[in-house]
Amino acid sequence: MQFLFRYANPHEFMRLSGAVLPFTVIGTAVCLAVGLYLGFSVPPDYQQGTTVTFLFIHVPADVVAELAYGAIAVCSLLSLVWRHPLADIAARAAAPLGAVFTALGLITGSLWGKPMWGTYWVWDARLTSFLLLLFLYFGYMALWNAVEDETRAGRAAAILALVGVVNIPIIKFSVDWWNTLHQGESIISGKIAPIYLWPLLIMMLGYVLLFASLWMVRIRTVILERRARSLMQQGR
Amino acid sequence: MSPFATLLLRDVKLAARSGGSAALALSFFALVATLVPLGVGADLHLLARVAGGILWVAAVLAALLSLDRLFQGDFEDGSLDVIALSPLSLESVALAKIAAHWLSTGLPLTLLSPLLAVLFNLPLSPGLILFVSLLIGTPAVSAVGAIGASLTLSLKRGGLILPLIILPLLSPAVIFGAGAVALALDGLSSAHALGLLAAFAFAAVLLSPFAAAAGVRLNLGG
Repeated sequence: MQFLFRYANPHEFMRLSGAVLPFTVIGTAVCLAVGLYLGFSVPPDYQQGTTVTFLFIHVPADVVAELAYGAIAVCSLLSLVWRHPLADIAARAAAPLGAVFTALGLITGSLWGKPMWGTYWVWDARLTSFLLLLFLYFGYMALWNAVEDETRAGRAAAILALVGVVNIPIIKFSVDWWNTLHQGESIISGKIAPIYLWPLLIMMLGYVLLFASLWMVRIRTVILERRARSLMQQGR
Repeated sequence: MSPFATLLLRDVKLAARSGGSAALALSFFALVATLVPLGVGADLHLLARVAGGILWVAAVLAALLSLDRLFQGDFEDGSLDVIALSPLSLESVALAKIAAHWLSTGLPLTLLSPLLAVLFNLPLSPGLILFVSLLIGTPAVSAVGAIGASLTLSLKRGGLILPLIILPLLSPAVIFGAGAVALALDGLSSAHALGLLAAFAFAAVLLSPFAAAAGVRLNLGG
């Protein structure tokens, strides 16, 4: 905890993130370039044909979408328990990113669904629970924007995020339950071949680094904005 | 009378008398149920199929209508500050308000549902399951709704943001509740679905007062 607090001070965060950011940006570019190249050059799947390439842009988006909510939840806990202002900034900064990755997962999923299932949308358990996750993000961001006082907004949003964390597994379970009630399993599960696994892992790393980079940039922007604001007030 | 019972009774009376939010929720519920056949057609076969889902969704929306006033009215006229000063903990206050909300909306909706089930051509036993599922599930709507109400209580337009926050969290209740009716309609046992619904409602009623109290606290204190 002590370690965490040392780097959770805005000044230290600016220093550290400024040093780390170039590496994560370069890492993102390299991973995405290599992953996309490998992803487009894999042999066609015997069932899915060339559309298997969707795997490499769809699955990592879903992983990051869930990861982002986890990040918000951890920051919310830090904010509620230790009242750390940076945790509030970080949680707020992660939300639009999570929503965008969720939307990306939904869009690529439905585009993939067209050749695979013959329709853009099926009420498949995973698609449905991601749609609900997208609405959770929307609600979270709306609450942040609606409450004017920033400290209060942060604490209200943090409570909502933690309620969401308790509820998300239940939502996931209920949607799975609902799906088996209404229709059979529509995803062919099987082991993934190594030739598909490597590009997938590289793309996943690329997406995670992309999220980390954008997240840091967003947090830095807020900190700089606040500094600018307080300087303006001093000058007045 | 204990402080808890006093608060509960006061809130039920307020819901029943001034503004009549209980009656409003009931009319809304019945109106949605009337509009659906106008929208999807009067095919009795189809109506029986969708009845469970439609009535569950309508019940959740009807309960949402009065949720934004759960804490807001008391917050605006200052009585929430007085209630917070009482020997009752804020968690108990939240629980009393959840119970009052359920007694004034969830329970009347449940009691009205058999009549609407008849209008939707739902056979007797699925209709009974609908009644039981609403009886078990609507406390969860009030409980989870109270969290949203507490978080938005200082907002002028909290009523708009509340559904956005609460509806995704309530999807399990709709799924299990409407699922139980669908299973009964197919002649299968709904015990499993009702059990899951009861578990969800139990957890919601047990845990929500803590989150709702935290929400009230941050809006009162600072």
